[in-house]
Amino acid sequence: MEYRYFPGCTLHEQARNFDITARESARELDIALVELDNWQCCGAVFPLATDALINLVSPYRALASAHAAGFDLVTLCSGCLNVLRRTNRLVATDREAREKLRDFVEMDYAGERRVYHLLEVLRREVTFETLRSRVKRRLTGLHVAPYYGCLLLRPPEEMEFDDVEAPTVMEDFLRALGAEPVDYPFRTECCGAYVALREAKTQAAAQVVRSAAAAGAELVVSSCPACNYNLERVHPTLPVVYFTQLLALALGRDGAFAGQVPDPTPLLRGKSLLPEVS
Amino acid sequence: MRLTRSQLRSELLARVEEIGGEAVAHCYQCGNCSAGCPLAGEMNVLPHRVVRLLQLGQVESALSANAIWLCAACQACAARCPRGVDLSRIMEALRVVQLRRSTIEPPGLTPDTLARAPQQAIVSLYRKYGS
Repeated sequence: MEYRYFPGCTLHEQARNFDITARESARELDIALVELDNWQCCGAVFPLATDALINLVSPYRALASAHAAGFDLVTLCSGCLNVLRRTNRLVATDREAREKLRDFVEMDYAGERRVYHLLEVLRREVTFETLRSRVKRRLTGLHVAPYYGCLLLRPPEEMEFDDVEAPTVMEDFLRALGAEPVDYPFRTECCGAYVALREAKTQAAAQVVRSAAAAGAELVVSSCPACNYNLERVHPTLPVVYFTQLLALALGRDGAFAGQVPDPTPLLRGKSLLPEVS
Repeated sequence: MRLTRSQLRSELLARVEEIGGEAVAHCYQCGNCSAGCPLAGEMNVLPHRVVRLLQLGQVESALSANAIWLCAACQACAARCPRGVDLSRIMEALRVVQLRRSTIEPPGLTPDTLARAPQQAIVSLYRKYGS
């Protein structure tokens, strides 16, 4: 299994632990993630105005580069997935947009490649049964709230990621690692995204973590740096980690938890899930 | 309220519909969008009422609602609309119209937010509020 890997802007900066644990895990699972040459930020949001084609230049270029290299794209960040997949679909279905982008970027691409999220690679290619058999440290007794948020799931007809109101991929993933997924009502609701940077009083993120904590969650997992930033600021004791950190931990690595607030290590150490520090 | 034909089908409304790619007449005001909107609690005009203002030709009132800047484009409204209206595209069109016709000061962020917030969120913010 070889893919071109699109890390996105945040995974080389604030979310390095997301990037590191994904690369380590992929190596353990024989998934070749080869970083795409000369990638640039995808733009972070898919433009919703019908005339905002200029914002699609960067994702188009990433897709065309992966195509030129002869591989499908894999990404981790929910924002990148949303932008790249929707751009790919637009390029495949809208001739006018495709021709304008082709002429501007001077690269030929018509939507031939697929864009996968690492969770989809685990589900489709690795399969959760195989993942279960590769786990070295089962996360037994760990109650985890899977948080999907918006970008993985919506709009459903374009993302085709999972059931839009009742997704299960994160729960299946957590069970494969031996953890116990917690069901709670706000797992597909928005955390406030970038609006929370400006409107610090928004209640969206607080509602999500309150809902998860009330359902018995000890930890929240997500796939989005903006979600993690918003969620971990509103609850003093409920840690938020990337799904790849738990994956790496279950595959025998350390999970790269250093510096996180709230700190997930006391919880994990209490359940004897951290590697012994020598 | 006195409604005239020119008010109901103004050039400005046509521009909002063209940029958004959505027809406001399709909405039948069930309110599902407002019921599920995670930011509705902070909006001075609820999402379905923004559409109602547009249906009544009150485009300037819609443009001045704080809802258009609070919308995080999470698309919960679009996914749940029984009439297939993508309200997040209408909100985007209203933002775009406002940004293109006047100078709006881009939001200032505290040094602490700039240092700690993920790049993805900062890029998103300026794409939505400052283009």
